[in-house]
Amino acid sequence: MTGSSQGYSGSDNYIAAKPLMEIVNVAVALQKPLIIKGEPGTGKTLLAHSVMKALNKKLLIWNIKSTTKAKDGLYIYDTVQRLNDARFKDKDISDIRQYIKMGKLGQAFKSDEQLILLIDEIDKADVEFPNDLLNELDEMTFHIHELDEEVKAKHRPIVIITSNSEKELPDAFLRRCIFYYIEFPDAEMMERIVRVHYPDIENKMIKEALKRFYWIREMDGLRKKPSTSELIDWIKALMLGGINTDKIANEIPFLGTLLKTEQDTDRFARFSNAQGGLGSKRRY
Amino acid sequence: MFIDFFYLMRAKGVPVSITEWMTFIEALYNGYFQSSLNHLYYIGRAFLVKSEAYYDHYDLAFQEFFHGIKTEGLELDKVLDWLENPINKLPKLTPDEMAEFQKQIEEFRKTHDMDELMKQFRERLNEQNERHDGGKKWVGTGGTSPFGAYGKHPGGIRVGGESWMQSAAKVASERKFKNYRNDIILDVRQTKVALKKLRELKREGAQDELDIDETIDKTAKEGGEIELVFSRSRENSTRLILLMDTGGSMLPYVELCEKLFSAASQMEHFKEFRYYFFHNCVYQDIYEDVANYKRIPTEKLFSNFHKGYKVIFVGDARMAYSELFDINGNIDYFYTNDKPGLEWLIRVKEHFPHSVWLNPTHKNYWGHYTVETISRVFPMFELTIDGLKDAIKALKSRPKKLIQN
Repeated sequence: MTGSSQGYSGSDNYIAAKPLMEIVNVAVALQKPLIIKGEPGTGKTLLAHSVMKALNKKLLIWNIKSTTKAKDGLYIYDTVQRLNDARFKDKDISDIRQYIKMGKLGQAFKSDEQLILLIDEIDKADVEFPNDLLNELDEMTFHIHELDEEVKAKHRPIVIITSNSEKELPDAFLRRCIFYYIEFPDAEMMERIVRVHYPDIENKMIKEALKRFYWIREMDGLRKKPSTSELIDWIKALMLGGINTDKIANEIPFLGTLLKTEQDTDRFARFSNAQGGLGSKRRY
Repeated sequence: MFIDFFYLMRAKGVPVSITEWMTFIEALYNGYFQSSLNHLYYIGRAFLVKSEAYYDHYDLAFQEFFHGIKTEGLELDKVLDWLENPINKLPKLTPDEMAEFQKQIEEFRKTHDMDELMKQFRERLNEQNERHDGGKKWVGTGGTSPFGAYGKHPGGIRVGGESWMQSAAKVASERKFKNYRNDIILDVRQTKVALKKLRELKREGAQDELDIDETIDKTAKEGGEIELVFSRSRENSTRLILLMDTGGSMLPYVELCEKLFSAASQMEHFKEFRYYFFHNCVYQDIYEDVANYKRIPTEKLFSNFHKGYKVIFVGDARMAYSELFDINGNIDYFYTNDKPGLEWLIRVKEHFPHSVWLNPTHKNYWGHYTVETISRVFPMFELTIDGLKDAIKALKSRPKKLIQN
């Protein structure tokens, strides 16, 4: 049984919900890829870093872009380089091996120790991308056609995948994974998170700031709700600016750190006017 | 039977597959759930539910299946209360005892099955109505009954004990994920995800992308003299026109339409995005603004945009009979129309075969005569995420021939 005493149980700079910790442990034990989904800024990527620290294993990050192809993660055969070398005849080009470069997944397979592989923002890639990785993640092997060689994982890496749900992931892919949706933290949890970043923040300051923060998040019709990272920035700005706590209660200094578009700022102005001053009424 | 949980989940709309269920059962027998309902809830969810949109369905199924633990029979708070402050805490075990304990767990697994245990658990709880410590049968603390906290019965069901964030049953009954259901809300982000499906990649524009394969091919043919070949890059060629009803009966849905609109306008993936407004029905003019002030002739739609454009109507399709079927039947007193609204709608459909109608009202209210008529011209869908997805599927598929009645 996986007690939370062994295995993953959060780390100094990352607060994980208890169920999430358990699920990380089960995913590691059952060797299943773990998909983490959630609003931007709920700490999906940070989770991998935290697991790295807690389990004391190396972390490989594969950042996915819209142009990334599944094959890039396995290996790249640098044909252009070889072509160039062939042209100037200053190198022995008969050995193809020197032109085969391992991608992130390939590196994780070839490593002598077990690694953590973070496939970050998988939804950025093309819709077919996850399906192209199915077999590789299942069997943990792939084939290099140019060398006619099989690459098999020495140690199955711990695979953590994050998604911002920009695209939906294919069912066949999801079936093989363990899924966890990180909810937006509630005020209590958020307070702990803020304290991790600023251990000596004043009590009153944090309470007021969080009150404001959730009040803004509750507003309807925001294009981009402020998230954890924006809150952290805002609190930093408040602390650096030496803002008096009472001032936060009446106005919102450095609003720009929380709301990033003009429409949202307008919306905010209209909303707070309609409420007759800041937060004098709580809407439910 | 525990398999009933599987069928119950499917009945509640969670798309659980056999593969997922089997992995879940495997994990169950490997003891990852620490025999606690909370583990079962959270870890089961991670194994069986692969989208937050179904978390609520899962909550409902979980609630219903662990029936006794839901409302009747067992109130978890009451049980937790019995188990709080156990009189005799768990005795320290020596390694030998631990080994024995492990062995017992194995045996217990062989002789008992989970379903039976669950059933007994519910029954016991129904029978029991007072606090119980020590002893062999009842739910309590420190005893050797399979049920309770701090006890030593191997493989038993644990109630409470070490605190989790919240009890599973409570989390399930709170239905925190109700708002994530696909069939209820429409938020900007989800809408964007859905609209993204509309994109069509085509090679268009300047030849500025290096075509490696072609380059190698050409170079090899030239005998090693490097020859670079460029091709056009792939681009989205979707063109979308949004036509929105601004009629009074649409007022309750303004916010919903705003969300759809802001999602569509934020999409950078459309080659072109146009939007116009109409009042209840389309006649010879449509409007560029919500207030129906800037008028442009509907004919312009036909002359300016080719039939590859996709058209989405948003409206409740509910109006007076005359507004759809009569000449001069429109709602505006100072406006005349020499062709009935329906004829204009059919013209739009004929020019833009890829067109659909999104209706913000619930399907149950589509019995109205004008709604029915319009839904025969345009495929009609509810303005929800699921509806939008279906609409987009319809937009992408080959349009059906218009049936004239």
